[in-house]
Order: sequence, then C-alpha cells, then structure tokens
Amino acid sequence: MNKPMRRVAVFCGVLMLALLVRVNWIQFVQADELQSHEDNRRVSIERYSNPRGDIIVDGEPITGSEETDDPDYRYQRTWTDGEMWAPVTGYASQAYGTSFLEGVNDSILTGDDDRLFFNNTIDMITGRDQRGGDVVTTLNGDAQRAAFEGLGDRKGAVVALDPRTGAILALASAPSYDPSSFAGYGADDEEAWLALQGDEDNEPMLNRALRETYPPGSTFKVVTAAAALENGLIDDIDEATDYEDPYILPDTQDRELGNQVPGVCADANVRDAMRYSCNSVFAGLSNDVGNEGMIEMAERFGFNEEHFTPVRSSASVYPEDNRPQNAMAGIGQASNRATPLQMAMVASAVANNGTLMSPYMVDKLVAPNLNVIEQHDPEELGEPVSGDNARQLQEAMEEVVDGNNIDRGSIGDDVRIGGKTGTAQRGEDNSEPPYAWFISYAITDEGSPVAVAVVIEIGDGEVDRDLISGSRFAAPIAMDVMAAVLDDDQG
Amino acid sequence: MSSNNNTTVSPGGLPSRRNTELMMLVFAVVIPVFAYANVGLAKEGSLPAGMLGYGLGLGLLAGVAHLAVRRWAPYADPLMLPIATLLNGLGLVLIWRLDQEPTITTDRLGGPLAPGQLMWSTVGVALFIGVLLLLKDHRLLQRYTYISMVVALVLLALPIVVGEEINGARIWVRIPGVGSLQPGEFAKIIIAVFFAGYLMVKRDALALASRRVMGLYLPRGRDLGPILVIWAISLLILIFETDLGTSLLFFGIFVVMLYVATERTSWIIFGLLLSASGAVLVASTNAHVGERVNNWLNPLDRAANDGVTETAQAMFSFGSGGLFGSGLGQGYSRLIGGIAAKSDYILATVGEELGLAGLMAIVMLYALLIERGMRTALAARDPFGKLLAVGLAGVFAIQVFVVAGGVTALIPLTGMTMPFLAQGGSSVIANWALIALLLRISDTARRPAPAPAPSLDAEQTQVVRP
Repeated sequence: MNKPMRRVAVFCGVLMLALLVRVNWIQFVQADELQSHEDNRRVSIERYSNPRGDIIVDGEPITGSEETDDPDYRYQRTWTDGEMWAPVTGYASQAYGTSFLEGVNDSILTGDDDRLFFNNTIDMITGRDQRGGDVVTTLNGDAQRAAFEGLGDRKGAVVALDPRTGAILALASAPSYDPSSFAGYGADDEEAWLALQGDEDNEPMLNRALRETYPPGSTFKVVTAAAALENGLIDDIDEATDYEDPYILPDTQDRELGNQVPGVCADANVRDAMRYSCNSVFAGLSNDVGNEGMIEMAERFGFNEEHFTPVRSSASVYPEDNRPQNAMAGIGQASNRATPLQMAMVASAVANNGTLMSPYMVDKLVAPNLNVIEQHDPEELGEPVSGDNARQLQEAMEEVVDGNNIDRGSIGDDVRIGGKTGTAQRGEDNSEPPYAWFISYAITDEGSPVAVAVVIEIGDGEVDRDLISGSRFAAPIAMDVMAAVLDDDQG
Repeated sequence: MSSNNNTTVSPGGLPSRRNTELMMLVFAVVIPVFAYANVGLAKEGSLPAGMLGYGLGLGLLAGVAHLAVRRWAPYADPLMLPIATLLNGLGLVLIWRLDQEPTITTDRLGGPLAPGQLMWSTVGVALFIGVLLLLKDHRLLQRYTYISMVVALVLLALPIVVGEEINGARIWVRIPGVGSLQPGEFAKIIIAVFFAGYLMVKRDALALASRRVMGLYLPRGRDLGPILVIWAISLLILIFETDLGTSLLFFGIFVVMLYVATERTSWIIFGLLLSASGAVLVASTNAHVGERVNNWLNPLDRAANDGVTETAQAMFSFGSGGLFGSGLGQGYSRLIGGIAAKSDYILATVGEELGLAGLMAIVMLYALLIERGMRTALAARDPFGKLLAVGLAGVFAIQVFVVAGGVTALIPLTGMTMPFLAQGGSSVIANWALIALLLRISDTARRPAPAPAPSLDAEQTQVVRP
C-alpha cells in the first residue's frame, strides 16, 4: 500500500503548494490592486483616521475636522460657510470621495504625502498620531463673500484674479451646495448626496466658474479687438473702420448682422465700437483677421487648453470654422465658448499691460510644523498683446464704463475701471433668456490688483428679456468684488 | 497488554522523542502568549488583563495533553501535538483579537467568542486524552466498521431532518443549552474508520476482480455498488444541505482510500469523473452553490444589492496585508462583517495582520501536520492502521485545502472551518480527536517490537548430557 500512499502524500503536498502559490499571488502580485480598490474601505478609513489638514483663506481655516464616535471613521470633515467655499474646497466625504482642493491636495491634507515623510517619522518616534498639512490659498474672503452674495439666488459664476500674479481672489458658483451635508456615510448623507446629484435643473454640484463653458457674447469683442491690433488691421483705436451697418455675413447672400444702438456703428472706430458694442465692426474685424488669426489670438489668451489652478478648469474653445461662423465668433456668438475663468484671464491680461499670468489658487503647502513644503511662484503664461496695444484696449474698455455711465458702486474716481458687457444668446434661435456677462478690471497707481468675470444665467421668464444686459445684472457684482479687493489692499 | 510492552523498551528501538515534544510544546504555548500580548499592546497600549490566566490555561492544556501522551502513547509522533497546540492557541488569540472589534461582537452575534472557544478547546483536549486512555489499540475500531457506517450516515443526515439553515447551508444542529453542532465534523472521522475497515476486507476483490476496458480496470458491478452509493449520498448532502465542502470532503476521502487500498489508478479517474459531473450538475441547478461559483469567478464583483461581498472583503483583507501585514490588532478584517470573520474567514485576519509571511507560516504548519500524518500511515504496520491514518491525514488535508482555497478564491467557497484556527466547537473537538487517533496509530507504529521470546529450538538443541 505504500506506493499509492506516497502518491497521495505527494498529492497533498501539491494541494498545499497550490495554497502557497495562491496566497503569494493575492498578497504579493495583486496586493496593490486590492489595497487601492474602490470598494476597499480601508482607503477611506485611513483617510479619516487622523484629523485632516486645513484649507486656509486670509490666514484662517475654512475647514475643520470633527471627532466622531463612528467605529470606522474617527474624524469627519467640516466647513465654515461651506456653500460659499464649495467651488474652491470641493468636498471630502467618507462615502463619496474627494474633489477640487480637497481632492487635488488629498495627500497633503491626510499627511500621506511623501514630502511629509520626515514629519511622520518624527511623529511616529514621539508617539503622536500622523497629522495633515495645510493648504494656504490665494483667495480673498471679502471678495468671495461679495461674489457669493452678489450671485444670491441666481445661477451664475464669478472669478476674480490678481492680474499681476494670476492669483485667484474669488471663485464663486451658484447655486452651490454644502459639502457638510454628505461628509459622512450615513443615511442622511446618502439622501443629501442623491438629492444634489439628481437636481438636474440647478446642478448645484457643477462648478460653473471652472467647469462650465458659456458663449462669451460681446465680452469676446475684447479678444477680437486685440487680434485686430496685433495683426495690424488697425493701428489705433481711434482709426475709423470700414464696416457697414448692418453687416452682411461673408459667404452669405443676405444674412444681416444688426446692432443694438442705432446709427453709431457704421465705420465706427474701435473705441466707439467697444462702447456701443457694435456687432458689425467686430464681426468684420474677426472676418478680416481670419479664422487662423483669431484662433491664434484666442489661444494666446488661454483658449483651447485646460488650466490647472491646481484644480482643473475645462478648456475654453475657439474652433476652426467657416467664414460666417468665424465672423460671428468675433462677437462671441458662434461655436466659441469660454469659462468664466477664461474671460477673467482676458480682462487680467489687458489690465496687466498685456502680460497674462497663469491662474492659481494655492499659494503654499505647509507641513504640520509650519515648514513650507511647496511655494507657488507666479508664472507668466504668455504675452497675448503688446504693452502698447494693451494700453489701447484699456482705453477702449474704460470708455465702456465711463461712456455708458455704468455704476462704479463704491469705487472711488482715483481708480481706473475698464469693462465689457455681454449678453450672450442661448438656445436654438435665441429661444431662451440670454446670459448676462461682465468682465472688468481696476487699475490703481500700483498696477492692477483685480480683474473679474461675472456670468449670470437668467431664469426663464424671470425678467423681461429686453431688459437683460450685462451692465444691469452682472456689472454690480463685479464692482462689489473689485471694491472688496481694493478696500483690502488699502486697509 | 500494551502496558507490558512499555516496560520492555529495547535499547536499540526508536527514541520516544517525548522530550522533543515537550520542548516544542513550550514554543507552542509561548508564541500565542506573545501574540496575545501583541494584540493588547496594539489595541490598548497595555498588556491585556487576562494574559496570565490565558497563558496558564493554554499551558495547562498542553501540559496535561503532553503527560497523557507520555503515559499512554509514549512512542507517538512528537510533532503533531505541538503543532495542534500552536494552531489552537493562535486561533484563540485571533478570535480574542476579533472580539475586540465592537461591530462584530454584538449580542446578536453571540458577544465575545474567545471564552467559549477556550472551553471547547478544553473539551477537545479532554476528548484527546480520552481517546488515548480508552483506545489502547486502534485495531479495536475495526470491530465497529458497519456501526461506524450507520453512525456516520445518521450524523450526515441529521441536519437535513432537524437542522437549521445558516448562511444558506444546512449543516447545523441546535442542541438546547449547548449550542449549535456541526455533525459533519465528527462524521468525517467516523467515515474514515468505516472506509478503513470496509476496504481492508474488500480491497482484494476491488483490486483484482475487474475488467480491462480501454486501458482502465473497471470494477465489477457488485463492487461498484458501494461506490455509487457513497457518490449518491455525497450528492444528496450537497443538494439537501447545500454544503459543497462536506460533500467534497466525503467523496474525496473515499477516492483516496480506495486508491490506497486497491492501488488501482482507474479508481481515481473514475472518482474524479463522478465528482466532477456531480459538482457541475449541482452548481448549475442550485442557486446557492451557483452564487458561490460566481463569487469565485469574479471575487471583486458587487453583490446583487450593490453591496461589497464577503468574498471581496476577504480579498481586500489579504491584499491589504501585503508581505508583512499590519500587525496583530491593527487590521480591518472586521469589515468582512458578522461572525464569518471569526469562523470561515479567520485566515483573512491572518493574511491581513500577519501578512504573507504569517499566512505562509500557518499553511506550512498545516502541511507539516499532514506530512506527519502521512508518515504515520507509511510507518504503520497493519493495513487497517495504514488506511485509517491515510484517511485521517487525507481528510485533514482536503479540509485545509478546501477552506483555505475557498477564502483565497482559489476554488469556490464552502461552509467549512479551518481546523483548530477557526471559531467553532464541533470543529475543534473533532480535530483533537483526529489528532489523538493519529497519535495512537503512530505510537503503535513506532513502538519497539517486543523482545523475542526465548527460543525453544535453541534450547532443544542443547546437548543433553546424561
């Protein structure tokens, strides 16, 4: 019986060997995949096992961590003014993961970042729990509040930049949401999350400032004017152009493009065309610059690429198109679309004498012991227009504010304010209420401390559509935001 | 009789190795005590309060078992008792460690289970001693061949009649005041006794009276009968108790013992064909078994209600453990949820907290124990002892493979428990009895032959001087 017995023994050995091979497979070969699997709760348990680092605005944290009595997650994220800051912070939920700054800087906030290795080692030796680092933002609390309160119940977005550095000062999107409402993983959290996700009318979790692209409308005329100046089509904004009113779109028999203000647009110079927002002039200029030239100009301002602030913003687009479409794109009313951030970048490049700074909202990352791990230095994204042309564009944009008597709010006369309104049509054949736009900047003796873009989606039937205009709805918000920044600068 | 033999140790015989066993036992007790301290330090930052009592308890059990072996089975294999003690001790630590997790230690789940497990271990060791004390020679069991068969069948059928269904498998019998019992654990030993007795008698008929068809020796119809009966019974278990594990164990051990008894490879092919066809048939018709197979094929898939399955949770446990594990008390195997973390899925805790290194060490302990059993079978001198030892070692091997393979998703999961390690009274008691039987056989095998009787022939050839 011994021969088959030896074989049975060998067979049992093979069974054990198979087990050994299998455990090596799952614990060594597959280990990483299993460790980071989305269903593996250890990932989020780890994330909430220590208090998260904070996101800092004006030296004060706008986030917090609250100890819970939950067996799995020891800490839960809290936010002050969560609704106001949600477009910046995003959320950090035990059940639904992280987004925006909470997501991009997750490893710093949890303390898992390799750059915190030294800190963690010291903490381990001294018996302290691992701590997260802080994210210090460039945002301005007063400007953000002005933007958020200005939007109020309306849908829309506000972006304010410091044109000199590219630092983001305000980033508001409405309607917003309170990330605290689903920070945990209980039934309430699920209900809140599903309600927010399911609200297709309001899309509260859509970050309109960075992730929504709108037809830019007349605010795009600034880009068109820049293209005309840079391409030598006109040398001076006071030089008369040669476009009829109404303008007949190229390659069409009789598609007329009219103007809102009668009798001033025929052959108008760029200064007046800007003031009266002449469609005929800018469609003509766009046509004469050509599709290629317009794309090049738009791209120098930052179109056709995503920007990382470090939160990603969607790419604004200026596509290749046929001549009539390209002419219409010159007045921001074709297939070109822009994020509010993009239009703020346009205003800031003009205000900064032609130099476009790369937008960013994280100033520095700080270790728990207050050592700076990473400091953001302002970077030039490019020089879309020359200094001379930028100053000409400033004159034209200031003509818009001063010539049309747009209310400057509380901003004093010693500050130069330039702006451009926009009323972008939407829906097929202009069937829905338009978007109200306003882009602007302020310039003081120390250069330009702020440029703003505001877009508002007017609800259907909310106001008479003839009354909708950028100067009426969007401009006051922009003025308030700029005033808040200017006040802080002086104070 | 055997006690007489004890007194006639010949200087040329095998050493008894009892002192080796004692040395190993010290390690087998000390390692779990350190593990216990480790859990306490990790969870609370201090040595756990019950450490002294626990260490003494385990030490006492090991000591008494060792004395029993020294007294009643002095030539038994020196490794099996220490390995069983180590596994049982580690099992207690792991269950106690999981008892520290409030989410899986609720009243509904029976509260802390380690004290109960310690009690069952005591009962198991008592049975171990009882077997060594009362069963002076394993060949006595041969008398009870057919009684064993009846008892085994009754035990196997019991859950169908009075059992309760837990987690989709009907393998439990509730005894009022004592708790739930898994008769299958005891049946596996008794069935091995029956097979050993039956095959010892029938082996020649099965091996020699067969027809050769296409290179295979096919048994005669009348010899085939019992095999088909066993196959049918194992299928019935599978269908009525939806217990893949017991069924596999039952049939697997029969094929192994048949092969060893008859030395005919055809039996293995025949047996594999039968079991494969049975398994496929049941897997495709039975929803519970079908689901298990599905979980096995796609271990990480979500359950029907979009929840994370136990299988997936166990896989995450193993994966998160990595090479060296999180350390005892610092893993999250409680996410598996329910009582399964302490019983069926205990290996997931080993994998997560002790890592690949620890899990491989545990598998090697089982492999070593099986190897000692096989060695006992090879060394045994009587065919019944040989068959019984190979049956017991085989049943142990198949169980370890089926359970460990199941939780690591190497094969579909079945409702059995890891011998000694997992929570469960029946399992720990039955496995102590199994070890006692193996020790008894190995004692008989390694015992020195009795001193030769005085040779009469030699005396007769003496020169008789008048």
